[in-house]
Amino acid sequence: MPKDGSVVRLDGQGKPLWLVLELTYRCPLKCPWCSNPVDYARDETAELSTAEWKRVLREGRELGALQLGFTGGEPLLRDDLEELVADARALGYYTNLITSGVGLSEARLSALKAAGLNQIQLSLQSSERELTDTLVGARAHDLKVKVAHMIKAHGFPMVLNVPVFRQNIGQVEDILRLAEEIGVDYLEFANIQYYNWAMVNRDELLPTREQLQAAERAVQAARERLGDRMTIYFVIPDYYEGRPKACMNGWGSIHLTIAPDGVAMPCQEARVIEGLEFPSIRDNSLAWLWNESPTFQKFRGDEWMSPTCRSCDEKEKDFGGCRCQAFLLTGDAANTDPACSRSPHHHLIAEAIAKAHAPGRRIQPLVLRNDRNSRLLGEGSGTGGGCGAAGRADLAVAVVEPSDV
Amino acid sequence: MNDSAVSPPAAGERYALNPMYLFRWEPTQDAHVLLYPEGIVKLNQTAGDIIERCDGKRTVAELVAELQQRYPGDEERVAEGVYTFLEVFRAKGWIRRQA
Repeated sequence: MPKDGSVVRLDGQGKPLWLVLELTYRCPLKCPWCSNPVDYARDETAELSTAEWKRVLREGRELGALQLGFTGGEPLLRDDLEELVADARALGYYTNLITSGVGLSEARLSALKAAGLNQIQLSLQSSERELTDTLVGARAHDLKVKVAHMIKAHGFPMVLNVPVFRQNIGQVEDILRLAEEIGVDYLEFANIQYYNWAMVNRDELLPTREQLQAAERAVQAARERLGDRMTIYFVIPDYYEGRPKACMNGWGSIHLTIAPDGVAMPCQEARVIEGLEFPSIRDNSLAWLWNESPTFQKFRGDEWMSPTCRSCDEKEKDFGGCRCQAFLLTGDAANTDPACSRSPHHHLIAEAIAKAHAPGRRIQPLVLRNDRNSRLLGEGSGTGGGCGAAGRADLAVAVVEPSDV
Repeated sequence: MNDSAVSPPAAGERYALNPMYLFRWEPTQDAHVLLYPEGIVKLNQTAGDIIERCDGKRTVAELVAELQQRYPGDEERVAEGVYTFLEVFRAKGWIRRQA
């Protein structure tokens, strides 16, 4: 590729460039790596109304938000989705629908197109029907493949998102072939991040280093073969990286997520961190929540950092990693992310890997995400939380400023 | 579509925005931006000037002439810059050569 000017990380200049709306926690699938809170079923608070979501959209644009994600749960379960998409487009957002595909009929695709939806991210878990259906706890595979073709037929740019774990990591080549046949524009292999339901099932889901290396080789070969035809992302699991992910580009830096009940969060799973308050847009303006609320200010800058991070020459690069992971594994969200080899807690990662692959380990059934399990898990202490989209955001957001002509 | 190996831009060719991308002025950034699935590119003024003119109708020669008018002074340097940027933008997949 020819050389261009400087490519630097977009810091957002204090603006929440990415607004993610979790329209609902309801979902027809039962994925055991779901990033929704494990105790989602305990929360009886009503979902935001159409009018309340529209207020979020309006105030988000005033704060400078550009990218908008409609997610869930399954956002198609909201029958005001098309109305919200139309509203968002009129306000000037680039609108992304993040869906399981269940419920995406020809009629809804037409309506979403008419509403101005910009792109669709569809999840697929396997190249094999039996495995997909077992993993998601529903007959979904054939439907997903059919929906993928429908999305392309309606002219949407499409991201095929494949969460990667031990059960499907050997299928990378088959999934690539399937994506090629569908005509996918972006294929994202996202090694799952271990929070929430994935944390509950970590021993069963975590792949080995050898499996990862084989998958990466397959992706590299496909990139060479396919060239410009398909963009392939491979989001590496931080457990094997030695350095933490630049989670959310930094806490309260460019990401703003609104939960179904209107709670504002710096990432989709920040609620897992105990001791933080999570006020709702029902009681506050979005501007106050983003700019002023103690939770959003908590881990901005570097004053909160442990000495390990504050003195580190890479702190501008990864911001100390993920606050949720630091909390989940060490009990203190201000600690260095244990995924970092410089963390005094890094041994926890090695131990988790060893535990998941111990010889003679007794295999446990996957704990599916459903209301019953949610209530059971919700009775225990807080579990969960994660930054599922973390890796990608870091890849995709950049300011390109070629030197002047 | 896989044209990364083909020749650099030529005067008679036409370029158009890749339909995957949304190009527009963004007041909160005081800049042109390219928006695409889960991504944002903020463009500086000259990059915006060039992409704005990749409409599939103008030839590269016409585009160069317009930019030379807009940035008078060193015509050769402007032309060189436009050719370089078109090649970069095409390699990034933002614009496509029209058949």
